[in-house]
Order: sequence, then C-alpha cells, then structure tokens
Amino acid sequence: MSIIENIRLAFSSLIANKMRAVLTMLGIIIGIGSVIGIMTMGNSLSGYMSSSMQSLGTNNVTIYLQDKTDEEERTENGFAQAQSYGASTGAAMSAEGATQPVIPEEDLISSEMLAQVREEFGDVIDFISITDTVGSGSTTDGKKYANLSLLGVSTDYAQANSVEMQAGRFLSSRDIDGNRKVAVVSEKLAESMFGTSDPLGQQIFITTEAHSGVYTIIGVYWYKADVMSQGVQSSEKNLSTNVYIPLSIANMITGNNGNQSVTIVTKPGSDSIAFATEVEQYFNDVFYARNQDYQISAFSMEDMMQTMVDLMATLEIAISAIAAISLLVGGIGVMNIMLVSITERTREIGTRKALGATNGEIRMQFIVEAIIICLTGGLIGIGLGVLIGAAGASLLGFPANPSLFAILLATGFSTVIGLFFGYYPANKAAKMDPIEALRYE
Amino acid sequence: MNPIIDLQGITKKYFIGQTNEFSALNGINVKIPEGEFVSIIGESGSGKSTLMNIIGALDRPTDGRYVLDGLNVGDENDHELSGVRNRKIGFVFQTFNLIPRMSALRNVELPMAYAKVSRQERSTRARELLELVGMGDRLSHQPNELSGGQKQRVAIARAMANNPAIVLADEPTGALDTATGHLVMDIFHKLHKEEGKTIVLITHSPELAAETQRIIALRDGVVINEREGSGVRGQSA
Repeated sequence: MSIIENIRLAFSSLIANKMRAVLTMLGIIIGIGSVIGIMTMGNSLSGYMSSSMQSLGTNNVTIYLQDKTDEEERTENGFAQAQSYGASTGAAMSAEGATQPVIPEEDLISSEMLAQVREEFGDVIDFISITDTVGSGSTTDGKKYANLSLLGVSTDYAQANSVEMQAGRFLSSRDIDGNRKVAVVSEKLAESMFGTSDPLGQQIFITTEAHSGVYTIIGVYWYKADVMSQGVQSSEKNLSTNVYIPLSIANMITGNNGNQSVTIVTKPGSDSIAFATEVEQYFNDVFYARNQDYQISAFSMEDMMQTMVDLMATLEIAISAIAAISLLVGGIGVMNIMLVSITERTREIGTRKALGATNGEIRMQFIVEAIIICLTGGLIGIGLGVLIGAAGASLLGFPANPSLFAILLATGFSTVIGLFFGYYPANKAAKMDPIEALRYE
Repeated sequence: MNPIIDLQGITKKYFIGQTNEFSALNGINVKIPEGEFVSIIGESGSGKSTLMNIIGALDRPTDGRYVLDGLNVGDENDHELSGVRNRKIGFVFQTFNLIPRMSALRNVELPMAYAKVSRQERSTRARELLELVGMGDRLSHQPNELSGGQKQRVAIARAMANNPAIVLADEPTGALDTATGHLVMDIFHKLHKEEGKTIVLITHSPELAAETQRIIALRDGVVINEREGSGVRGQSA
C-alpha cells in the first residue's frame, strides 16, 4: 500500500463525509488562518516600513528640544520618541506645530551649537538638515487649488530625506543666503496647478495661517507617501504635499532664530544608534547643563525602525499564542473525529486485516487520513489568512506582502498536528483484534 | 503428498486460569489435501467459528500444530500472520465485507496492494478475476450499487486475488436467497473444478455441505463425524 494510495483513500473518505470534514477542519482553518493573517499583515507592515524608512534614511539621527516637565512621560520606547518627533517636526503634523507653546530663543538649538557639534563629531556627521515648519496652507490661482505644508529647509534636507528631483534643482546655499523667494514643489502639486505645462519658473501664491507670499518654482520633486501620514492621508484631490522654501525665509516668517529639531545624517557605515546616545549626551552636557526648562533628546531612525519591527514581532507572537490554542482545540477535534471514524469503520479494519493488511499499514492509513484533514484545513486556512491579511494591509494602506516563511511553517505545522493527533486513533485501529473487528455490528 | 492444511491436536481455550475458562476446541485432527472441496459443519457453539479463525490465521491455537502449505502457523507473529492471510488465504464472508466507496475493481485489487503487486499487474489480474466470476461488466461499480449476489461474486474474486493456497468461505450464501446462493455455489464449484482450488466451506446447512467432497461435522469442539459428499451441485436447483 503506497503513500499515494493512502492519500487517495483519505480524500475519498473526506469526500464521503464532506460536512463532517469541514467542521473538523474548522479549528485548524481558524488557527492557521489567523496566524497567516496577522503574519501577512505584519510582513506587509514591516516590509513597507523598512522600504519607506530606507527612503527617509536609516543614517538619520534626529535631535529635538524637550520640555523637562515632560520627562516623566518619556520612556525608553522609541515609538513614544517617534511620536514626539512627529509632533515637533513631522511635516504631516505641521498644523500641530503651530499650536506649540513659544520656546524662548535662547533655549533653541542654534547654528553656533550645530557648528560646534559638527566639529566635535566631524568623522561621523555627513551633513545636518534643518527644518523650520511654517504651517499648512494652500495655493490657488483662482481656479485651481492644492493643499500644501510649507517648510523652510537647509540645502542638506534633500539628501537627509532622500528627496528625488523630477525637474529643476533643490534649494542651494545661495538661495538661502540670498533670501530668495523660491520654492520646490511636488509633482502632484505641479500637476494639479499647471497640468502638463512646465512648472519651472512659474509663480505660485501660497497662503498659510501666518503668512502669504509669491514664490518662484525652481524644482519639482517626486512625491512619496510618508509613513507617518499614511493613515491620515485623504483622497488624491485633497492631498497635502510639502513645499520647500529656503530656511532663511522661513525663519523670517516664524521669527525663529534657532531650531526645535535638527536632523543629523551620519556617514554611511557609522553606528547611528551609538551616535544618537553620544550626541544627546554632548548637547546636554555642553549646552543644556544649566537649562532649567529644556533638554535635548536624540533618536536614530535605525533605532526607531528596529523598535517598530520588534513591536510587530511581539504582536505576532501574541497572536500566534492565541492561534496555538485554536490549533490545539482543532487538533483535539481531529483526534475525536478520527476515533469516531475508526469505530464506524471497525468492520472495514477487520476486513483489511483479514485481507493481509499489517498493523503498520492500518496505522499508516489512518495517520495519512488525519494528516490530510489537517493539511487540507491548513491550506484553506493559509488561503483565508492571506486574503484577510491582504485585505487588512490594503485597508491600512500598504501593499500586501504574504510571508512565505509563515506559509511554509503553517503547512509543516498542519502536518505535525495531523501526525500528533492522528497517531493515537490510528494506533488504536492498528491494534484491533481482527476477529472482534470482523464481528463488529 | 503433504496435505495443504494439517491440523494436529488443535485446542483453543479462553479465559485460561480463570473460573470461566472454557475450551472451544478439544483436539482437532484434520488433514485437507490440495484441491479438495471440503465443508466444516456444525451447530452454533460447536466451535466451527473458532476453527475457521485458526485455519484463517486470524487466531492461534492454544495447543497443537497447524501447518498451512508447509508453514507452521503457530510459530508466526502478528506481522507474519498478516502475510500468511494475505498470500495463503482467500476469505469469503457471509456479509461480503466489501470496502465501501471502493469500486469492484479496487476491492479486488486490495489484497494485491497489500502484497505490493505493481499497479499494472493488479489491474490486469483484478479484471481477469472479475471476468471469471461473471462481473466483467461491473468493474467500476461501488458495493452499494451491487446486489447481494453480485457483491459476493466480487468478494470471491477478491479472495482469489493473490492466488491463495485455500479459499475459506464462512457461510457464503447465508445472506442470500436460495437461487442467488446456488449461483454463488456454482462459482465455488467452478473454481474447484477449473482452477483446482482448495476450498473450505464453513456452514451450518447440511444441504450446502452435501455438495462438497467431504463433510467434517463438529460438536462441542471435537470432530464427531467425517463423511464423503457428492462433490457436485445438488439436484435441488
């Protein structure tokens, strides 16, 4: 009796009892389905996150001013730091930035401090990107209209944030030093304002809460959805993209003579996590040692990314633990139905033994049947899980990315469940006395 | 010539050493030469089922020697007994015992599958056997699509699958009406005459036993009578 014949036999007995087979599989389907679902979602999230973080730059270390009274709320969790980062500099949350309390000029991170830091850590720092958020607003020419966030940035911003140019150029130091009223806009904004005509050299009128002015477009960059703003992003029409203007202009509008946050890009190959700790220490020792109200915090993108991935992994473990219980219950269900099936088929077992089946062959037949039940359930669960995971991922707005590892693991695990919970009933069948079994009514 | 079945002083006891110990068989000595059509007859409780189980290698005697086709069956372990049943014995049951949801062809192939005969060979032989019992046109029918007589003919074909030393038939007509029973008996006669099969028929019916060449009558676990039979299908048909 070959394995293939046993598999064929198992399927024919499943088909003979379709309803029972499906109900038996349900526990396995739910268990495997939920693991695959969450793994697909997790894999999609982490895949999306690392690719979008990569574009933000894993070499980035953000330092930001922190109110000392907030200290108690501060945790070691990078996620919390990321949130405060988002609140203080995140372009997507710039509206919030406008409502922040005014910080005294002497407490801000000054360009003198940055110059000193650059000198101190010259071998690690590649460049320093400074951002001054003006606020969210819009541009219109009377007929057409586009939402935007107005950001004053330094020349290094493009590199620090992997801004890729479609046309024209990014802001230069001459734009900043010369206080030129020039702007770099997204291709989305250019498209909605100018259609197919060349936006370079065109003038746009920008209005925010605190400011309005006319800027000349010198460059167009490719818009990329921001990981931070992903969930909040509304329809294409209302899409808000960043408009970059020289930092000097922004400082004039906001009246800031220093910065609440700065992005330092470390040189490739350097340890940005360690650098974040060092630079935080340096700032607090050298510049903020006697400051009553503020201190500096720093975190690296790499660290934050790691934290997010770790968080997802923890979530996966938690869901997997719940799924394991479902699989245990499912496995017991399989064992139960196998015991019922064996009792029902006692006479068949007796006949097979009379025809020359060895105990081993009978055992194998029923183990294969249990494995087929579990494997079929597992495969249905995988299909269902991938669908749920993909639906969940697309609902949250990132591309679905089923985890091949999880699928293989689930397939293997289903087989093991079948083997484990099928063994006892199969062994019971194998040990039946043929005389008793043949006489069974 | 050595007999194909040689039972020497076979006893079978149950509940040995307990207060309800009893003997089903008390020293059976029977020799059946190759090619004989023999019947074992007895009332219920006579020990004929126990004897059938021993002849069929489903059970071992408590005492005595059972040599089947030169093999001492009493010495075999469970695994080896499976092999003996598979290759040396063809069972025909009162209740047919076809495996449900398997076609007639696959049912006949089953003993060959356990004997690890190649798929091709199995199929060819199963077809031949089904032709032999007149079921050549019902190859792909499932047991629930066959009448009792048809089922029993498939079961006989299955019993012949591995060309066994003996065909052991336990009340093969017990679940059939008289006419169908006669048709089934015709097949046994055909197998005996044309194929030279050794056939052991277990029955409680004296009429059926009379058709065989030799009748061994059991009572209380001993052979009480042995006589010649006609060896031909009864004139009652």
